[in-house]
Amino acid sequence: MAARDQTLGPDPGGSEFSGGLEVELTADERKAGLAGAGPYRLAARRLRRNRTAMAFGILFLILVLACIAAPLWAKHVAHREFDDIPGSSEMVTKGGEEVLIIDLSGVPIGPTWHGEYFLGADGSGRDAAVRLLYGGRNSLIIGIGAALITTFFGLVFGVAAGYFRGWTDSAISRLLDIIWAFPVILLGIALGTALALGGLKLGPLEVSGSSLLIPILVISVVYIPYLARPIRGEVLALREKEFVEAARAQGQGSLRIMFSEILPNVITTVIVFFPLLVANAVLLEAALSFLGAGVQAPEPSWGTMINDGVDRVVSAPHLAVVPGVMLVLTVLALNIFGDGVRDALDPRAKVKIDA
Amino acid sequence: MTRFIFRRLVAMVIVLFAVSLVTFFIFQVLPGGDPAVRMAGKQPTETQIEAIREEWGFNDSLPTQYLTTMQNLFSGDMKSYTTQLSVTEEIWHGLPRTLALAIGAAILWMAFGVALGLYTAMRAGHVSDRLLTVLALIGISMPVFWIGALMNHYLGYELSNTLGFELFPNGGYVEFTESPFEWAHHLILPWIALSILFIGVYSRVLRSNVLETMNEDFVRTARAKGLSERQVLIKHVLRNSLIPVVTLWGLDFAVVIGGGAILTESVFNLQGVGQYAADSIGQLDVPPILAVTMFGAFFVVFFNAIVDIVYAVLDPRIRLEESAA
Repeated sequence: MAARDQTLGPDPGGSEFSGGLEVELTADERKAGLAGAGPYRLAARRLRRNRTAMAFGILFLILVLACIAAPLWAKHVAHREFDDIPGSSEMVTKGGEEVLIIDLSGVPIGPTWHGEYFLGADGSGRDAAVRLLYGGRNSLIIGIGAALITTFFGLVFGVAAGYFRGWTDSAISRLLDIIWAFPVILLGIALGTALALGGLKLGPLEVSGSSLLIPILVISVVYIPYLARPIRGEVLALREKEFVEAARAQGQGSLRIMFSEILPNVITTVIVFFPLLVANAVLLEAALSFLGAGVQAPEPSWGTMINDGVDRVVSAPHLAVVPGVMLVLTVLALNIFGDGVRDALDPRAKVKIDA
Repeated sequence: MTRFIFRRLVAMVIVLFAVSLVTFFIFQVLPGGDPAVRMAGKQPTETQIEAIREEWGFNDSLPTQYLTTMQNLFSGDMKSYTTQLSVTEEIWHGLPRTLALAIGAAILWMAFGVALGLYTAMRAGHVSDRLLTVLALIGISMPVFWIGALMNHYLGYELSNTLGFELFPNGGYVEFTESPFEWAHHLILPWIALSILFIGVYSRVLRSNVLETMNEDFVRTARAKGLSERQVLIKHVLRNSLIPVVTLWGLDFAVVIGGGAILTESVFNLQGVGQYAADSIGQLDVPPILAVTMFGAFFVVFFNAIVDIVYAVLDPRIRLEESAA
C-alpha cells in the first residue's frame, strides 16, 4: 500500500466509504492494531503517512510563517516598510557598488541578494521582498478570512436548509441559486467595484472602501453555495438516520439536534473543503486585485504586485515573476495538502470548486 | 416531457429576473458613491450635479430606475459614464473576439484534458502518472493572468526579439476576415493560456471517472466475454466516463463566454467583452460592468437550462426525479 499513499488523485482500489464516519480499514491498518481506533485518528495516521501531502502542508506553513514575520524582516533586515518610497537620489549597494535604486532611465534595480532590496525594487523604488511578504500577509489573511466566513455561512445555510426542509429550504436554495448563476469572477468584480467605491454600511458596521474586509466579504459571499449545497444534501440524508430519530424521540430541540447530532457528521466535508476554499479564495483575491477590484493601493497583495509587475514587465520582469511564484506555491501546497486530507478521510469523495 | 421543459423554462425566467435585480441592487443600492458627483468632474457646482442627476434619471424612484436600466440595456440606449458610447454596441463589438477565444480554447482543453486523463488513468501509479498528475495540479494552481502575462512577455516579446521574427505575436487581435492566418496566429497563446487550468481540471476528473468505471460490473462482463482491452476501454469505459466531462464542458464553456475569459482577454489585449468590463473597473464606469455582469449571468443561466433539458431528453430518470420533488 506504499504506492497508494503517494497517489494524488482518488484511489482506484480504495475502501468503500458509506457516508457518515465509518471508515473501512486497509490491510496495513488492521495489522497495526487500529481496528478500534476512531475515524479521525485513522485519518490523521493516513495523512501523516502521505509524504507528498505532508511535505506540501509543511511548505504552506513555512509560507504562512514567513509572511507573518514580515515586520521582523522589514525592521531588522531590510530596514524598510512596505510603503517606503525612497528619494530619487537614494543609493543601495549592489554587487559591491553603490547604485541608484531607480536608475536615470527609470528602471528599478534588480535583486541585490542581500538584506536591503533582496529582490530589487518595484516601479516606485519600494523594496520588492518586503512588499512580497507584506503582500503575502494580506493575500493569506484574505484567503483564510474569506474561507472561514464562507464555512460559517455555508454551514448555517446548508444545515438549516437540509434540516428544516420546506420553505426554509426553498428560500435558502433559491438564494444560493442566484449567487450560483453568476460567473465567480464577474460577481466578485461587481461586488468588489461597488463596495470599493463607497465602502459598506451595515447598521453599526462601517467599512471603508480600501479596507481588507471588503475583498474578504466579497470572496466569502461568492463561494458560499459551493459549500452550502453539498452540506444541505448530506443533512437531508442524515436527518432520516436512526440516531437523529432517537434524539428527537428523547425530546431534544431542533437546535440541539443540529449542534450535537448533525454538525459532527458534516464536519468531515468541511475539513475536506477548507484547504481548497482557501486556495480558491487566494486565487480569486489575486484575480480581483489584478483587475483593480480587490485590494486597493498602497496596500500590497500578490495580485496587485503582479498587476504592477506586468505594467513594467519589459524592463523588470522579476517584479511579475516573483509574486506569481509565491502565489502558485501557496495554492499548489494547499491543493496537494487538501487532496491528501480528502484521501485520508474519504478516498472516494469528489470535491470540486470552480476557479 | 413538454411539462418538464416548460417548468425548466419558467424557473429560468425567474432566476433571470432575480439575477437582474441582484445586479441592479449591487450597483444602484449598495452605497457606491453618487455617480452624478463622479461624472461632473472636479469641483462641480451643485446645479451641474443636479442637472446630471436629472438627465441620467438618478432622481427617479428605484423601481423606475430598474425599469429604465433594463429597457436601456436591451434597446442599446445604455451609455458609458465616461465615453458616452452605447454599452450594447461595445459588447456586440467584443463578442466575436470573446467567442473566438472561448471556442478555440474549449476545443483545446477538451482534447488535451481527455487525452491526459485517459493516459494517466491507464498508467495509474506509474511514474508518468504521478508526474502528469502533479503537472495537472500545477496547472490548476496557476492564475491565468500571471501565466498569460509571462507567456506574452517571454514568448511574444523576448523570443521575437531573439529570433528576429514573430513566432508568437505580443498580444493584440486580428479580424478573421482580414487574415485568417494572422487571426489564428494571434490567438494561439491566449488559447493555450486559457486552456491550462481546464486541462488540469478535466484530466483529473476524467482520470478518477475512468478508474471508477473500471471497477464496474459491466466492464468485468465486457472483459469476460472476451473483448480486447482496447475495445473495453473505448466502447465501455471511456464512453461512460465522458458523460460528466461533457456536461462540465458545456457549463464551463458558458462561464468562459459569460465573463470567465476576462483575465485572458485583458492580458493579451484582445479587446473582447471581458476586457471591456475590466477596463471600465479602473475608471469606475458602472454601466459597462453592470451590462457585462448581467449578460454573463444571463448566458450562464440560459446555457444551464439548455444543458438540463438536453440531459432530461437523454435520461428519463432526471425528469422523474424532478417531477417527484
